[in-house]
Amino acid sequence: MYVYDEHDRQMMAERVAQFRDQTTRALAGELAEDEFLPLRLQNGLYIQRLAPMLRICVPYGMLRSVQLRRLARITRDYDKGYAHFTTRQNVQLNWPDLEDVPDILAELAEVEMHANQTSGNCIRNTTTDQFAAVQSDELVDPRPYCEVIRQWSTFHPEFAFLPRKFKVAVNASEQTDRAAIRVHDIGLQIVRNEAGELGFRVHVGGGLGRTPMVAPVIREFLPELDLLTYLEAVLRVYNRYGRRDNKFKARIKILVKALTPEGFAEKVETEWAHIKDSPSRLTPEAIERIQGYFTEPDYAALDNATDLLAQQRFENRGFDQWLQHNVDTHKKPGYAIVSLTMKKTGTPPGDVTDRQLEQIADLADEYSFGEVRVTHQQNVVLADVRQDRLLELWQQLGPMGFGTANLNTLTDIICCPGGDFCALANAKSIPVADAIQRRFDNLDFLYDLGEIDLNISGCMNACGHHHVGNIGVLGVDKKGQEFYQVSLGGSSQHDASIGKILGPSFARDDMPDVIAKIIDVYVNKRTDEESFLDTYRRVGIDPFKERVYA
Amino acid sequence: MPDIIFRDGSIRQNQWIVVPRPDSGESLNIPDHERALIPADLWLAGREHFVGREDIGVWFDSHDEPEILADHVNELPLIAVNFPKFSDGRGYSIGRLLRERFGFKNELRAIGDVLLDQLQFMKRCGFDTYELRPDKDIRKAARSLNFFSQGYQAATDTDLPLFRRRAS
Repeated sequence: MYVYDEHDRQMMAERVAQFRDQTTRALAGELAEDEFLPLRLQNGLYIQRLAPMLRICVPYGMLRSVQLRRLARITRDYDKGYAHFTTRQNVQLNWPDLEDVPDILAELAEVEMHANQTSGNCIRNTTTDQFAAVQSDELVDPRPYCEVIRQWSTFHPEFAFLPRKFKVAVNASEQTDRAAIRVHDIGLQIVRNEAGELGFRVHVGGGLGRTPMVAPVIREFLPELDLLTYLEAVLRVYNRYGRRDNKFKARIKILVKALTPEGFAEKVETEWAHIKDSPSRLTPEAIERIQGYFTEPDYAALDNATDLLAQQRFENRGFDQWLQHNVDTHKKPGYAIVSLTMKKTGTPPGDVTDRQLEQIADLADEYSFGEVRVTHQQNVVLADVRQDRLLELWQQLGPMGFGTANLNTLTDIICCPGGDFCALANAKSIPVADAIQRRFDNLDFLYDLGEIDLNISGCMNACGHHHVGNIGVLGVDKKGQEFYQVSLGGSSQHDASIGKILGPSFARDDMPDVIAKIIDVYVNKRTDEESFLDTYRRVGIDPFKERVYA
Repeated sequence: MPDIIFRDGSIRQNQWIVVPRPDSGESLNIPDHERALIPADLWLAGREHFVGREDIGVWFDSHDEPEILADHVNELPLIAVNFPKFSDGRGYSIGRLLRERFGFKNELRAIGDVLLDQLQFMKRCGFDTYELRPDKDIRKAARSLNFFSQGYQAATDTDLPLFRRRAS
């Protein structure tokens, strides 16, 4: 994992001092509310429905145990003893006081954390696959490139006041896309060209929100060393020509659509030609230096514990289910990737207490080289667990609340904080997730349904990624009443697609029934090997419509 | 006229008047005996008349294209860029283009909705003087200019990004 050097440390300390000064001026009335707004947003601070909300950055989802423990302490000392894992691999505090935020940032800086650019119209946290470097089908580890982008985008003087927020995601796996790159402003797929050289396929103009779009490819192959100059060209074109007259048309996807992907690409190429050979062009040494921070942990030379696990599974059905659903294949023999689900029924998806944060830290130290990864599905991954210790690990998870063996099933719901917390929301989302989790409490039935993404957003801003859920739920406001619109067929994978709206929206109490009917149609129509998405794509939306509105 | 902040944090008297774009049908009203900044396209249209005058500079609005002056920037003693609203970030790109692409060497000034917390970005993007909005405390400018001792990226102030400085 990346470790700060004296340059990073100095700039982060300067940033804390700067925000302390800005907060002092805001509290003294020297900064108008609208003037303080972008400054606090670029330090992660929202003013929410009930209190400020602080979004703390977790660069590309990586956390060390010392950082988890510090987060736990901060939630205790400055908040109400819990935190929330977001759908962009970050962490949010729901109840800090404005005047405490500079102190919180100082405490974070001590463990190499910050809240830079987690909000506001700037380049946000770059995200990637939570299985980076431990899965077998990726070309290279994507995280060094995320770190290269983090450094380039941090306090970028030209791009601090973009037309709108800007999100970059990187994926290196050929078969899966856990980073959902096609619904980002820029999605980078790491590829090799015919000559075997490493580079990126560049997607630009994806996004969710009011106008969901799957990003078109604007460059099939960008050589590795050209990454930053090309990003700079894309951002410059966007900064200059993106719409600023209408907040809802200000994302880069609208510009790409207006110019057409070809027209946009041409503008970028023209701009890039001027800067591609500037000193901002990466060097092999610069990349190697960063890669040096992401070396393999000290794996033991092991064989796969196949017989042992078979025996343990045979003796313990719960362990068997958990292994099958929450544990993935690791590239190293004898190791496994474990997903801790933060989706226990009765707890808002992604919420963790201070104690749980410390428990995760302890588990990381004991079982996974002291590191974890936060996922955009709001779960936490222990990426390097020895297979012969899985049973021992699993036995601890139940009491902690992380053992629900529902990863990627219907009840592994992605859900934004919604109207319970968020000032933007039209409707609550957490109670809907809760009601659906309670309705589908039979694990065998969930397993029989297979992988289904159910995503819930409390408003158009789509923090719950509802457009790309196989089943998406969107909270809407109708004359002051909360209703829920359902869409089907979304995907954030390599076959990314935007879900189609089923029809008129539903009252909250009806939602478990509506989901049950949708599931019913799938169960009746599916063939042996079909996932929910496969069946939907084959039969279309009509059978679902007929059943739900019958 | 409000004072002007220089990139070293010093504060000096403003010598330049910004002449607004005339309404259609009106002609440009350049004051006598004062240094004036006129809309860049109008300067270009009357270039033969203005070129060589040390008391005439230009200003760009944030939606203007600095490319129109690409071959002539150094004929001007001063170019100003207007930030109509502090949240409009187009001026930063204009500044960098004028400096880094077109090689402008004379004074580059930020005007309009210029607040203390933008100064650091403006400085890195090649601006060397700043006309702070008059209701803001100009004495705090030096501090705002100097919160950061360095940056990660190359910009107008340095063409060496941190990854190259680290290597040396």
